[in-house]
Amino acid sequence: MQRSPGQIALALAIALFLGVFLIVPVATVVYVAFTEKSGGGVTLVNFLDFGRTDLFVRSFWNSVYVSAMTVVWASVLALPLAYLTTRFEFRGAMLVQTLGFLPLIMPPFVGAVAMQLLFGRNGSVNLLLDEWFDFKIGFMEGLNGVIFLQAIHYFPFILVNLSAALRNIDRSMEEAAQNLGSHGLRLFRRIALPLALPGYIAGASLVFVKVFDDVATPLLLNVKEMLAPQAYLRITSIGIDDPMGYVISVVLILVAVATMWATALVMKGKDYATTQRGGGGLARRQLKPREQVLAYAVVILILALVLAPHVGLVLLSFATVWSYSPLPDGYTLAHYTRVLGDSSVYIKNTLLYSGLAATIDVVIGGAIAYLVLRTRLPGRQWLDWAASTALAVPGVVLGIGYLRAFYGVSLPDGTPLAALWIVIVLAIAIRRLPYALRAAYAALQQISVSLEEAAENLGATKARTVRRVVIPLMTGGLLAGFVTSFATAAVELSAVLILVQSNSDAPLAYGLYVLMQTPAGRGAGAALGVIAVLIVAICMWLSQLAVDRSQRARGLDI
Amino acid sequence: MFRRSALALGSALGVVLASGAGFAQTGKVTVVTSFSKDVTDPIKKAFEKAVPGATLEVQNRNTNAGVKFIEETKGNNQVDLFWASAPDAFEVLKGKQLLSPYKPKATGIAEKVGSYPVNDKDGFYSGFAASGYGIMWNERYVKANKLPTPKEWQDLALAPYFDHVSISAPSRSGTTHLTIETILQGEGWDKGWRTTKEIAGNLRTVTDRSFGVPEAVNSGQVGYGIVIDFFAFSSQGAGFPVKFVYPSVTTLVPANVAVVANAPNKAGAEAFIEFLLSPAGQEVLLEPTIRRLPVRPETYAKAPADYPNPFKDKNLQGLLTFNAELSEKRTAAVDTLFDQLITFQLEPLKAVTKVLHEVDAALKKKDNAQARALAGEARDLIAAMPITAEQAASAEIKAAFTGGKQKSARQAELEQQWAAFAKEKYAAAKAKADEALKLAR
Repeated sequence: MQRSPGQIALALAIALFLGVFLIVPVATVVYVAFTEKSGGGVTLVNFLDFGRTDLFVRSFWNSVYVSAMTVVWASVLALPLAYLTTRFEFRGAMLVQTLGFLPLIMPPFVGAVAMQLLFGRNGSVNLLLDEWFDFKIGFMEGLNGVIFLQAIHYFPFILVNLSAALRNIDRSMEEAAQNLGSHGLRLFRRIALPLALPGYIAGASLVFVKVFDDVATPLLLNVKEMLAPQAYLRITSIGIDDPMGYVISVVLILVAVATMWATALVMKGKDYATTQRGGGGLARRQLKPREQVLAYAVVILILALVLAPHVGLVLLSFATVWSYSPLPDGYTLAHYTRVLGDSSVYIKNTLLYSGLAATIDVVIGGAIAYLVLRTRLPGRQWLDWAASTALAVPGVVLGIGYLRAFYGVSLPDGTPLAALWIVIVLAIAIRRLPYALRAAYAALQQISVSLEEAAENLGATKARTVRRVVIPLMTGGLLAGFVTSFATAAVELSAVLILVQSNSDAPLAYGLYVLMQTPAGRGAGAALGVIAVLIVAICMWLSQLAVDRSQRARGLDI
Repeated sequence: MFRRSALALGSALGVVLASGAGFAQTGKVTVVTSFSKDVTDPIKKAFEKAVPGATLEVQNRNTNAGVKFIEETKGNNQVDLFWASAPDAFEVLKGKQLLSPYKPKATGIAEKVGSYPVNDKDGFYSGFAASGYGIMWNERYVKANKLPTPKEWQDLALAPYFDHVSISAPSRSGTTHLTIETILQGEGWDKGWRTTKEIAGNLRTVTDRSFGVPEAVNSGQVGYGIVIDFFAFSSQGAGFPVKFVYPSVTTLVPANVAVVANAPNKAGAEAFIEFLLSPAGQEVLLEPTIRRLPVRPETYAKAPADYPNPFKDKNLQGLLTFNAELSEKRTAAVDTLFDQLITFQLEPLKAVTKVLHEVDAALKKKDNAQARALAGEARDLIAAMPITAEQAASAEIKAAFTGGKQKSARQAELEQQWAAFAKEKYAAAKAKADEALKLAR
């Protein structure tokens, strides 16, 4: 627990990375918030204007309400899936975990269209309801519509982190409680849940901040009176010199940091670490036949709900024309043949960019978690907070910041630095870093420091301890972080859109954007979206397989 | 097919010979465009065939992002051309000295489409295709809900259209901005805003992307959309059950192309412009996925039947002379007024509009002079504007948006004032309308 030169060097390196690729680029854009439009000096008058504008205040409270309610509903969706698949002998648990993750990978634009076609005012569900029962449900109306879609979209954050945490709990804890006479719900409430709390909190805080800062879903429902859409609309309209858009961005960043700070406060003074390792997670109980029916019913119901958008997407990708009818008029393969030629370069780029970005995220996220939780370096918390602000920085702001910061820097042959594809990777990595960071943080919180102390007492160096003890024990959490970062990076658009300079460097999301600009491109866009989801799903499934296998190996060996 | 490509080849030769830059334009021509792949792909193919050795590198960005990109990268510019619809965007780039003037050598291009000059008067950008605004609707939706078919903007304000219409915000879409500006110029400031707000009272949504409107109409989520013509034509081309009409107060506006200042491949850029304006380039515009109106009158001879022809069709013969200068002066004010009075006040505006429709229906059954007067007062309250036409175009208001010296208030203050104004007026109108409804029943 002391400072070593290695730790200081690591902290400085991370600070430098965050400084160059996050703070400086964002600062080049956001400083506008503190100036008057006609130039002039530094001022806070814009923040006063923020407080005096009804629209912004209303938007702020709407965002708070939506984010909080989304956490509630996302928990309702995630808890049964996480609990049933980790706590019981549940056939298809791995499939459920993989499918339960898919909602997070909703390709931009087409995802929105597919949801409208299913749940919209004249979507399939409402057209059928209207025909049979003469009424419609406003799934996609107003703030509640946003909550509905956001809960579906972001609950995997809770699912993944909570599942990883539940797997990390040692069964001996449970056995001890059972020996003392606890069982059933009480056992879950008093033992499993508290021990999994770091994972849950990591997921829930991500959901809160992410929903607070999300632009796409509210705008797809035409809900503009929320804070993030307000910032986005102002920044991307031609009045780019307008400070208010950046004032809102600053508020978003503050909310994100405050949320992370508050979660740290909640967790403070509580120790969730357990020394026992290798128990292979919670004991998996056999379900009684009646329980089994119930459990499958719950799981299938939840999956049907959260995967509906993807069903819509698949239908759309095969549809000829789909307009004001419950199902498409006809089906065709034409959309797939159209995108197949173009998409190979997009697929290659997507895998390369997302893979690299997620690797960067896991390395840096893991390092930050280690520095914060295991060292006493002054200011180490700032690394965590700085990295977390990336959640709140709108993609457009980061994109423009990169152009400003790196376009002037020329390579020897005259091409600007910002034109290189690696810049896209860095932008994606920065935007997805908080996901990996939260996962790594939660994983490390569950490991007792005494294991490391034991290793050091036995003569291992700090580096060797990290390599042989900490990292192996964090594998599950790190992998969860990798998967989250990777999957969401694969559909990242806003910053990419600004940074892509040529078609040969473009990822799938850009290809989608280009296709979705015309009515004729809708089906082709959906086809490309399906391809994107499939690729990510396969990668996810493979990593699930890896987690499961390593866990089983550990469980059986000891 | 063979005839067309042979023709393309022949005219391409003509282009290359005619353009002063000669045969030397080869290599990569980089273009930033808001046009979709459906538009750029056929043109890219035809261009690369017509000018051997040239490749067109297309960077797809929406108009605003494109402008921003060129502005941010001007220190080390890698872009040759900017290619988009909204003339405003070109005005902005021109104002920031980010374009380089070029006078096309192609002959046989019309001076005006409708009543709008095809080319920039200062020679910074050239029109290559025209587009007009109108109303598109989904036939299945209209049939299922037993709704009428519109002809004029004013029709959309009628009771049956309540909650069935969609538009994109003018602050977000250059084309909608021009539509609103056309209505304001065609009917005058006060009358024009009255019409706009009466239509707005029937809106289902105000989308933030121009493409959101045709998408919603195509999927049948809304019945009617206020759109630029090619959205409707290309939707028809893709097989969607939609129809389109040009109202009598409309204007045709050219889509443009311009050489970016300090273009790395200036000769290539110029060759591309010449190609777009050549007979072969103009003909590509007729393809079903593109469907723009060529600026070369002779090209219409090759167009399919029913293709609108602004040089022949009477309803497109320039009923309105669009005043681009006036439009430019009050762009920010008009956009912000729309947002503050309509987009962000849509619920109260719709609530009072709904009651007024009910009042009208009740009055039709049994007239009541007092109720009629109250409804009129409510309509006047809705139509009231916080600023006059003169104020909207004044230097003080403009400065509030651009950060000039003479400003009387910050943009945020103006926005709050206008929003509060609208809120108060709509609430007062609602009270009157409710009273009128009680009397009329």
